[in-house]
Amino acid sequence: MSRLLSEEEYRKTKAFQIRRWYRGEKDPYLGTVELKPQKPFAEDINTMKQRIHDEAILKRKIYDIEHNRKIQIFLKFYKFISILFVFTLIGILLYMVSYLPPVGNAANPDNNEVATKYIEDAMKDTGAVNIVTGMILDYRAFDTLGESNVLFIATCTVLILLRVDNNSKKEKEEANDRLYEPKNDIILQKVAFFLVPMIIIFGIYVILNGHLSPGGGFSGGAIIGSGLILYVNAFGFRKIERFFTQKTYKWICFVALLFYCLAKTYSFYCGAHHLETGIPLGTPGAILSSGLILPLNICVGMVVACTMYAFYAMFRKGGF
Amino acid sequence: MQVFQMVLFLFLIVCAISVSFSKNLLNSIIIFMSYSLIMSIIWILLESPDLAITEAAVGAGITSILFFVTLKKIHAIVAIDEDKEDVMEKKGGTK
Repeated sequence: MSRLLSEEEYRKTKAFQIRRWYRGEKDPYLGTVELKPQKPFAEDINTMKQRIHDEAILKRKIYDIEHNRKIQIFLKFYKFISILFVFTLIGILLYMVSYLPPVGNAANPDNNEVATKYIEDAMKDTGAVNIVTGMILDYRAFDTLGESNVLFIATCTVLILLRVDNNSKKEKEEANDRLYEPKNDIILQKVAFFLVPMIIIFGIYVILNGHLSPGGGFSGGAIIGSGLILYVNAFGFRKIERFFTQKTYKWICFVALLFYCLAKTYSFYCGAHHLETGIPLGTPGAILSSGLILPLNICVGMVVACTMYAFYAMFRKGGF
Repeated sequence: MQVFQMVLFLFLIVCAISVSFSKNLLNSIIIFMSYSLIMSIIWILLESPDLAITEAAVGAGITSILFFVTLKKIHAIVAIDEDKEDVMEKKGGTK
């Protein structure tokens, strides 16, 4: 080694320290930054006596409502003021309601050119017979993207709050949870055996027909989610983990949100008026029509269904 | 139809008031559930079936299920086990 410094001097330089840290030989922060373990708090007998004495006096003073004039006045005043406040609020709100325009009046401010435009042009622009879906997933598709993302973020937050990582704790939680369940209840299982497929098929129908009939991604997804929750309640988590785990949830959400983003990015650049998107709108009324609305509906439905089930699973046992 | 709508609105108000005055949390959740169900019928009468489906699925279904699970987590609903029935009676059943 052709070093200018000798080994001893080299050890004192910053470079050596950085090199040592980089190699992982010694962590300079270890043992210096962290909190040191504290001694268990031990109370002296005299101070403890004093504390109990003080607490007793304080309690007697606070809870002695009958002899405390201040508290009595305050309680009466509080009741009076709260009732007064509630009635004032009700009065103000009712007074304001009397100023609202009557429902269905032609001269109302919400009866403007926006609604007219949607009702007249929605079918031509989006190809969807159900104008509401056309609005949600075509004119206002970015709002729906935000909603789906909000659901995903909500699941992440619930995961942070309720997740149980420790394996032994998890088992305990599950055992505790099983206590409240009807154990292999035959009535519930028979009913679920017939109902769950129906519910899930109805949810799929609502999603796929979102552009033709009432419904759409959100409601259909919620129906499928409630079907999954009924299945879990009847047959337990072990059965559902054969086809639905955390990995499935992650992949479904990821793929659905990514597809939604890409599709909407595409139509953000090519979907405005007087630009050709290249996506055929089809004949209104057919199942394969209205361009991107059907796949977007499926995406939203999958995200919502997974989120609903994920909430339930997280609340029940802190994970999937 | 007008009378039917009026009856539904009356139910809605009664439900909304009794949710807040019910002492038992389980009862108030069930009343809340029925509130959502009535609301979904009213959405149909107001000619918005999209909202009605969502209200029935989310409001009456999933929200109340999540409420039930939360009550279970905070031990507001006590399990009624056949072996421990005498213990439950001491605690006062489902309170």
